[in-house]
Amino acid sequence: MSVLQLSRVRKEFEGHVAVDDVSFEVPKGIIFGLLGPNGAGKTTLIRMITGITQTDRGEIRMNGSIINGVLNRDIGYLPEERGLYRKMTVADQLVYLARLKGLSRKEAVSRLKMWLKKFGMMEWSTNKIDELSKGMQQKIQFIATVVHDPALLILDEPFTGLDPVNTNLIKEEIRKLRERGRSIIFSTHRMEQVEEICEQIVLVHQGRNILSGRVDDIKENNKLNHYVVRFYSEPRDVHSRSFDILEMNGSQWLIKLHEGADTNVVLGEFLAQGARIRHFEEKLPTLNEIFIQTVA
Amino acid sequence: MIRGNIWLVLQREYMTRVKRRSFILVTLLTPLAFLMFFIVAGLIFTYQSDEKTRILVKDEPGLLEDGNNQLRRFELYFTDDEKAGFMALLQEGDYEAGLWLPALDTSYGGPYKYEFYSDQPLDIESSSLLSRTLRSRLRAERIATLKIEEDILEQLEIETRLDQRPITESSRNLNEMTGVVAAALGGIMGYIMFFVILLFGVQVMRSVTEEKSNRIVEVIISSVRPFDLMLGKILGSSAVSLTQILIWLILIPASALIVQLMIPMDMSEAEALTQTAQIPEGFENLPLVIEQLGEINWWFIVPLFLFYFVAGFLIYSSLFAAIGAALGDDINEGQSLTIPVVVPIVLAVYIMFQAVREPNSSLAIWSSIFPFFSSIVMPSRLAFEPDSWQIGLSMLVTAGTAVLMIWLAGRIYRVGILMYGKKASFRELAKWIFSRS
Repeated sequence: MSVLQLSRVRKEFEGHVAVDDVSFEVPKGIIFGLLGPNGAGKTTLIRMITGITQTDRGEIRMNGSIINGVLNRDIGYLPEERGLYRKMTVADQLVYLARLKGLSRKEAVSRLKMWLKKFGMMEWSTNKIDELSKGMQQKIQFIATVVHDPALLILDEPFTGLDPVNTNLIKEEIRKLRERGRSIIFSTHRMEQVEEICEQIVLVHQGRNILSGRVDDIKENNKLNHYVVRFYSEPRDVHSRSFDILEMNGSQWLIKLHEGADTNVVLGEFLAQGARIRHFEEKLPTLNEIFIQTVA
Repeated sequence: MIRGNIWLVLQREYMTRVKRRSFILVTLLTPLAFLMFFIVAGLIFTYQSDEKTRILVKDEPGLLEDGNNQLRRFELYFTDDEKAGFMALLQEGDYEAGLWLPALDTSYGGPYKYEFYSDQPLDIESSSLLSRTLRSRLRAERIATLKIEEDILEQLEIETRLDQRPITESSRNLNEMTGVVAAALGGIMGYIMFFVILLFGVQVMRSVTEEKSNRIVEVIISSVRPFDLMLGKILGSSAVSLTQILIWLILIPASALIVQLMIPMDMSEAEALTQTAQIPEGFENLPLVIEQLGEINWWFIVPLFLFYFVAGFLIYSSLFAAIGAALGDDINEGQSLTIPVVVPIVLAVYIMFQAVREPNSSLAIWSSIFPFFSSIVMPSRLAFEPDSWQIGLSMLVTAGTAVLMIWLAGRIYRVGILMYGKKASFRELAKWIFSRS
């Protein structure tokens, strides 16, 4: 079952089409990547999902009901351009943001305590944001996004500016939220991060959906029959009708199997030439490679 | 009923502003500053120099010779020398000035001419003191010479007193101070409006820009409609301004009272004043003023003042909010955008000065209906009780404009707050008003 469905969504700004006929679904309980280079239309898409801006055409549904242009309290949004009230204390700020999402004061206070404890920041709750380090501020921003326990989290470039320790901390929390059945849309232009944590993606380019589906399936469908072979000792003769050698890097080769070629046949050829094989693995393309290949 | 989130925004805006050190300082220090101003102004006005000017006097008619205590600021040295000797003494430099009073002309034709010698121009205080003293001496001298009786003279002192009366029975009591009291009250109300609109309007703008440059605004508007956010901020600011004014209304009289208690006035002096009905110069009309203040229909003025306060505040602070949203990250870029908003406010104050003098001139009437002036000009005319059609029309136009401005500002605001970087041009603002969100 999907928590979010976009069908044929379009948005135009003064003659410039920012999002054009985009459709995709976000299943419940997964980490979903919204990918694309800068200016691809990701932020516009997110703003339409969160109800900040309206669609010109198309439909956005959450749990089955249309939410075009409606602010939804069941969404937690961490924008790319994010900040906090500098002169407000951590606790006041989090309570305010949680109450805007419909929590009672009491509820907000107990939730923020839980989160501050989790991030080891309890003693900072009466400090002003100004007095916090950048990393701490980013943790507060994350708490503000999840404090009302939304069904759908939208994180726009959440790791920008985070140090490795905090990046891992937030990644861990994202995974935990998913385990608890929350869905997460993770928007970024950094493909390598997506491969690490996303199960499904949609790839937008110039406002259009150019690729979507499960990460494994996408890789499978876009594979180039590339294989990495490492040898203890290399074969005597390297001419084969089953594959081409793309790279020879000492005892590590990158080969491309011909259409219809069988890996067993290739291995047999190597063995017949006296090779001792240490490693043989299919090399699936990275999302970045797929993106470049698709766009080109 | 305010929707939940508007109320939350209002609360936050109010609480953060009221808790700010600058708010507390301004709120507490302004009455003090006022007090200091009055004390210092009082001291300056009552200041009398201790330094006495040494003056050489040739007093032929004997006007000053009887040891005059009115001329305490001068040290007088009399001489009988003729002009040459008089000038020689002056030139020796022992005296700072010389006063030559020639003999009286018994025909009493034309002014009494006397000479004052000094290398420094005579200051205003000294010259008026001198001529006052001489005039009163000359008068006494003439009364004696002409053998006129004092009571006949008194009968010649003719005073006029205007007695204003209403045409209709039910109208309020009028007296000669009616116009002055109404003008003063109008001026004060108009000024308060001007001050509040400008000061707090700019604060609304700052608060909007702050949210934009802090980059928190996108988080907020995923929970609150931009229009609600703007309205909450404006209402929060107006609550802050009302709080501040209310505190001043309590603090200023209270601190005046405290100062009076700490520096007690000589009560016997005050009693003597009232008993002998010797009201000091300039305060002769005080009873009439107090009577008129009692005559003013406060039930009419106060609610209307509050109406114009709120409406004017809404009109201008929504415009300031729109400007704040249209600005880039740097609030100092805003000058050119604020000019079209500040100009009508300043113009309204100039019109107000004219309106309290001639409250029924067509300039005053139409300015108090024109919505961008009305919230300053109309309060200044209220004490003159303008015709009800004028008030009705003005309220209608002003309220309508307030709604229109909030709507208009909301349109600009919702686009502007998501635009980062440089400030928008007027052309872009116009586009934003008609664009879809």
